[in-house]
Amino acid sequence: MIEPLIYQLSSPGRIGIEMPALDVEQAKLPESLVREDLPLPELSEIDVVRHFTRLSQLNHGVDTGFYPLGSCTMKYNPKINEEVARLPGFALTHPLQDPALLQGNMALMYAVQQWLMEIGGFRAVSLQPAAGAQGELTGILIIRAYHEDRGDVERNIILVPDSAHGTNPASIAMSGMQVIEVPSDPRGNIDIDALRGFCDDSVAGLMLTNPNTLGLFEEHVLDVIQVVHDCGGLVYGDGANMNAMLGVVRPGDLGFDILHYNLHKTFSTPHGGGGPGSGPVGVAAHLTDFLPSPIVEIVELGDENIPPLYGLVEPAKSIGRVKLFQGHFGVLVRAYAYMRMQGNEGLRDIADHAVLNANYLRVLLKDTYRISYDRICMHEFVAEGHWQDVPEIHALDISKRLMDFGFHPPTNYFPLIVPEALMIEPTETESKQTLDAFVDAMRQIAREARENPEILTTAPHETPFGRMDEVRAAKQLVLCCWPVDETKR
Amino acid sequence: MAFIPHTDEDRRAMLDAIGIERIEDLYQIIPEKVRFPDFDLPGAVTEMEIAAELQSLAEVNLNMRHVACFLGAGAYNHFIPSAVDAILRRNEFYTAYTPYQPEISQGTLQAIFEYQSLMVNLTGMQVSNASHYDGATALAEAVVMALNVHQGKRSKVVLSPAIHPQYRQVVRTYTRGMDLALIGDDDLDHGVEWLRDALDENTALVAVQYPDFFGGIQDWTALGEAAHEVGALFCVVVNPLSLGLLKPPGEFGADIVAGDGQPLGIPLSFGGPTLGIFTTREKYVRKMAGRLVGETVDSRGQRGFVLTLAPREQHIRREKATSNICTNQGLMALAATVYVSLMGKQGLRDVAELCFHKAHAAAKKIDALRGYRLWNSTDFFHEFVIECPQAVKTINERLLEEDIIGGYDLGRDYAELENHMLIAVTETNTEAEIDALVAALKTVNHD
Repeated sequence: MIEPLIYQLSSPGRIGIEMPALDVEQAKLPESLVREDLPLPELSEIDVVRHFTRLSQLNHGVDTGFYPLGSCTMKYNPKINEEVARLPGFALTHPLQDPALLQGNMALMYAVQQWLMEIGGFRAVSLQPAAGAQGELTGILIIRAYHEDRGDVERNIILVPDSAHGTNPASIAMSGMQVIEVPSDPRGNIDIDALRGFCDDSVAGLMLTNPNTLGLFEEHVLDVIQVVHDCGGLVYGDGANMNAMLGVVRPGDLGFDILHYNLHKTFSTPHGGGGPGSGPVGVAAHLTDFLPSPIVEIVELGDENIPPLYGLVEPAKSIGRVKLFQGHFGVLVRAYAYMRMQGNEGLRDIADHAVLNANYLRVLLKDTYRISYDRICMHEFVAEGHWQDVPEIHALDISKRLMDFGFHPPTNYFPLIVPEALMIEPTETESKQTLDAFVDAMRQIAREARENPEILTTAPHETPFGRMDEVRAAKQLVLCCWPVDETKR
Repeated sequence: MAFIPHTDEDRRAMLDAIGIERIEDLYQIIPEKVRFPDFDLPGAVTEMEIAAELQSLAEVNLNMRHVACFLGAGAYNHFIPSAVDAILRRNEFYTAYTPYQPEISQGTLQAIFEYQSLMVNLTGMQVSNASHYDGATALAEAVVMALNVHQGKRSKVVLSPAIHPQYRQVVRTYTRGMDLALIGDDDLDHGVEWLRDALDENTALVAVQYPDFFGGIQDWTALGEAAHEVGALFCVVVNPLSLGLLKPPGEFGADIVAGDGQPLGIPLSFGGPTLGIFTTREKYVRKMAGRLVGETVDSRGQRGFVLTLAPREQHIRREKATSNICTNQGLMALAATVYVSLMGKQGLRDVAELCFHKAHAAAKKIDALRGYRLWNSTDFFHEFVIECPQAVKTINERLLEEDIIGGYDLGRDYAELENHMLIAVTETNTEAEIDALVAALKTVNHD
């Protein structure tokens, strides 16, 4: 099953793409700056196409099978999204063209901003952040800028629940602020008494994922936000789990000051094997001036006959630019198509069925797998992948065995507060039949754990590759391949 | 209900299994006063309708199919072979996520490994990560890495003013919370001597661009040596396509190469998504942020690939992590990998040479026009600056009448470069387009 490396397929003199002949006068090359050797492979087009097609066949994607990877919202990616993002009118526009000549792009971005504001309950949205983690950094920089602008410069603590996504503390560290971790209570909520103990005038804000990474809605969310606001802090919402909230509750209405959305989770844009994502940030009225630039605004009102003129605007006290140009526009086109196909009612249907699917799985699995915080969940839940009577079996073994049934495993070992965590997020696009088949597989695995544990500890068996030696990869670092004739390098 | 497969019967059976009456019962925990808000969104449309709606919206834009494009400034209109998109449309690639489970993700993992290999060889460095968001954030991550290499003991970063203005803005945003002196880019006259003199024992990093924002190319070896003398890191921001022709920064002693991968088979798409290239020396591999794929073997003795050196990442070290980057630009890295593989040793050189020669032909013709002057003092790659007889905006309006998108107005970023236009020429610009540009420029009133 091993597919050779691209360099191993290379044959000297082979050409993939021929370029047209030069049609202008040849200039003098800058001799001292011309490279002597260009160590790239040499292949024909069919070599390249076959190679990458074969590689693709070694992947499991949403289109291949169920992908209940918790916290990642691996829902179906509508094919129309791929078509529209490639329309020449969008794909062949230059980021520095005069916006007056790109009013289609501008109208699209303006609409996405408006809809995200409406869905999240915020006053303004910037589409610039490239991914959720960049949205987090943006949010924390906004919190910092807000306090600085008020002359409140001593606040340097951001509180983070112990169930938070790993990127939360890392984003805070990048912003130069300090992290204090707040414990969870026995029902999986943030421990509000502990929170009260931390809240004073050194606190710049709280980062809160709601529903949290256990898939649970914070039972005291209004109080939690109030406590932080009372001490002068702001509340940042990690919108990774927004899928469960669509049409159900708006974070802005709950009192969140800032939230990032993950268009690649909630709004069905593909995950691309790990990006590109898109992490727009929404803010309440008191923070609109701090958003990263640019944002799209109407610069000249239209009327019945003439559409408004949209322009790119820099907010008055903007934290600056967080990436090149206008954000991941190609991702925005896909999200626009998806949102338009849902409309008011459709958004609520997404949440309803995401939550229904998760609870259905939770109820069917809870007799076989312990659920540490067993109450009605939102879009996902966390099961424990271990049993006292077969201590040699770990969540990892269950995950690997699931692959033999054609399923992608759940998220493993996260959140950290659940032992041997299996974080399961089915999403709304999966049918009852698929969920039932998954439950059957999970139950069979639990039986196998007792009857034939080795089949788990040596899994997977049906996949093109077996378990990888990750220790060796980290110890004997091989991070790239050289051209065949350069192996002596 | 778009994309939701449940029948009424399914819903009933599922609610019964859960032991509730209605779906609404799942939301009891949500504060009632804010539960089920009224929305003001447009009504739902079907796939047929959205296709038509977006087609009309796209047609409002002026796209490159209908004009000759001489606008670059960090995003370039290159030819993209059809095979690139054919591969990107493989749903096994685009509907997968980060390859956490290597047994069923070898396609993504091997493609990233090959991406790392191609970027290492193209830039003349030793290791590459799996990509950053774009060239600007790659430079920002270079700054952060340099600070970490010096364990926070150095607080000065020297930036050339000829680095893309937006890259420098992103660096400033990323480092807002760090007590850092970012110097050098406030005066266009700060060339290599100034940058060298600015280096001292407190300098963590000096960064230049090659080809620079104005298209200029020069040998940076002396600056690299000067940086190393004071223990600073040396970062070169590149256009990867130019490296099909030009000496790679590895030969100048670069410690980090950053750049935007858009020229490598990625559509303009109004500026995103693209990808951020980041390569460095082997000794910094554990300091480098971002995902990394390494080779190993599986339980059956087969060669395979995994994400490696994960302890550098935030999900283990959390607040001790040096970067918060989680995803890479997976699909865009795949595009660059397929593009570079297809072009190969000969094709990439050919494209780079076409760009070089066509740009020089255009520059020569424009420089010969009355009222126009080539501004660059060094040689250039495929982009150059023209001092114009009138405001760039006025000239571009005139060019548009001839279906030409003119160059970038440098006065937007550099006060001293009012009436200076940055013109990019790629392999897609034919001689006829270049001549049309020259003819149109000639008609602009000089008075």
